Amino acid sequence: MGLLVTILVALRAVLRNKMRSFLTTLGIIIGVAAVIAMMAIGAGAKAQVEAAFAAMGTNLLILMPGSTTSGGSFGGFGSMPTLTWDDLTAIRNDVPTVKAAAPQLRSNQSIVSEELNWTTGVVGTSPEYFDIRSWPMGQGQAWTQADVDAGSKVVILGATVVERLFGKNTNPVGQTVRIGKTPFSVVAVAAKKGQSPNGQDYDDTAFIPFTTFAQRIQGGLGKFLSGTVFIQATAPNTTNRAMEDVKALLRDRHHIAQGADDDFSIRNLSEIAGAQQQGTETMTTLLASVAMVSLIVGGIGIMNIMLVSVTERTREIGLRMAIGAKPRTVLVQFLVEALVLSIAGGLMGVALGVGAATWIAGKFHWPMQIQVDVITVSVAFSALVGLVFGIYPAWRASRLDPIDALRYE
Amino acid sequence: MPALIEVHDVHKVYRTGDVEVHALRGVSLSVEPGEFIAIMGSSGSGKSTLMNLLGCLDRPTDGSYRLAGQEVAYMSRDELAEIRNEVLGFVFQSFNLLARTSALENVELPLVYRGVGSRERERRAMKALEQVGLGDRIDHTPAQLSGGQQQRVAIARAIVGEPKVILADEPTGNLDSKTSIEVMALFQDLGRAGITIVVVTHEPDIAEFASRVVVVRDGLILSDHRQDPKKAA
Repeated sequence: MGLLVTILVALRAVLRNKMRSFLTTLGIIIGVAAVIAMMAIGAGAKAQVEAAFAAMGTNLLILMPGSTTSGGSFGGFGSMPTLTWDDLTAIRNDVPTVKAAAPQLRSNQSIVSEELNWTTGVVGTSPEYFDIRSWPMGQGQAWTQADVDAGSKVVILGATVVERLFGKNTNPVGQTVRIGKTPFSVVAVAAKKGQSPNGQDYDDTAFIPFTTFAQRIQGGLGKFLSGTVFIQATAPNTTNRAMEDVKALLRDRHHIAQGADDDFSIRNLSEIAGAQQQGTETMTTLLASVAMVSLIVGGIGIMNIMLVSVTERTREIGLRMAIGAKPRTVLVQFLVEALVLSIAGGLMGVALGVGAATWIAGKFHWPMQIQVDVITVSVAFSALVGLVFGIYPAWRASRLDPIDALRYE
Repeated sequence: MPALIEVHDVHKVYRTGDVEVHALRGVSLSVEPGEFIAIMGSSGSGKSTLMNLLGCLDRPTDGSYRLAGQEVAYMSRDELAEIRNEVLGFVFQSFNLLARTSALENVELPLVYRGVGSRERERRAMKALEQVGLGDRIDHTPAQLSGGQQQRVAIARAIVGEPKVILADEPTGNLDSKTSIEVMALFQDLGRAGITIVVVTHEPDIAEFASRVVVVRDGLILSDHRQDPKKAA
């Protein structure tokens, strides 16, 4: 008897009892659906974290002045200006693992267009900043080193600020805005970047040269850099090295004795990103394992029903044997029935899982990613469950004695 | 020419725990092609055991059984399955049709296990159903058929593979007397067409339709005589 015929016979047997077949496969359906939905949402969350950290910049270190303990009391990072402009120059020039470094001076300022005003974080920085944070311009051209040197009154606006001051879908390049009392010419709009990992709007900001910032907002460029420094390492695998190098350089420059605390701190963003991702992955794995348990429980359900089915159909088995079915043929028939049930359950589970993931993602505005390999593995796993839990009932069926089976009541 | 069925000094011993039951104690029987035999006996006489052996559903403890020239007494389960499929046809007391399955598909079943293609299967199943007078009921499921019709579907299933022997175990046990006679008439027709019929029954009325009556008692053949069969139709 050909395999195709066996499959058709099995399909017919499964369809003869639609309700029961469906309930039998429910365990598999729920298991597979749960795996698919979990993995889709997990992968989406992971991708979102990845994207958010990539948006912050690649191979990024953030250097902040101040130390944890300053004069015995907790001062907090950035509370004391300990970094100097010369430190920045030294970091740029003397550390080979550092590709670029840019200052970030920040202050909340009211920006005024002709009709509207909007308070936002104004950042004073240098042109490297946009490379370090992989932040291209959406419209116009970014100001340059020449503008920094000259202390030009030029500004790059974030997309949110443009929206607040000029309305949606407008091009403010060439217009003038005032920050405080000083008029600035808008030279560019930074490309839309979205949200940071902690939900902050990246686009609600404006950039001006740090020299202009020091003069117009901080009241003069002094010795100290009263802000943070964004440092980009040459490559992902040199990030930690760059961190150590910068630390050593600054300790040396600040004459910090061995054993004493740093008067600055450095954060490695890829480490934070890695930790976050690991958290997401652990969660996904955990949920997927629970779903796997459901699949196994589903398999036991299939075994249970197949055993009932073999008992119920004892006479049918006896008849099939009497008219020429070999034990092997009976074994294959029941095995295929279990497989048909489990694979059908798997496929329905895929549909349900994709549907559920889409619905949940839409409802809660979560990201999700349907992964083809997860679908393949789940369907293959449900087939395996059918095989493993179907073999015993099928074996029992094939071992029946046709005489006893025919007489079974 | 050797007989179609040659049973020689067959013994069958069942062992249940420590007790040995001698169901058959040396039975010999020879059946020519086209004979219509009724095997009679009370319950416990060994007639069912003999039937199972003749039907290649069981193997003897001792002795020889040649069916259509082949020694089948000690064949493997798989070989016996093939013999049953190709040489034998079965009819049971309780019909044993697949529920919720059309008459046509029920009749096709032996050919499925023989590996016959679907179109040929359907053609031969149609022919068999017409032969038993159910050509207009091919789509009916067992639940939609009367007992007599169900047994005729079962007979169609038995003859669809063109067997040499049909074994019927109490084929009229679940039928009223009028339908029983119709079924026996069908067997007589098949006998005239050259198929050997072996019917196990405990009803003397039914045995009258056979051309030879074998009575079994205590695992031995008590009597074996030929008779003029009563005409069923």
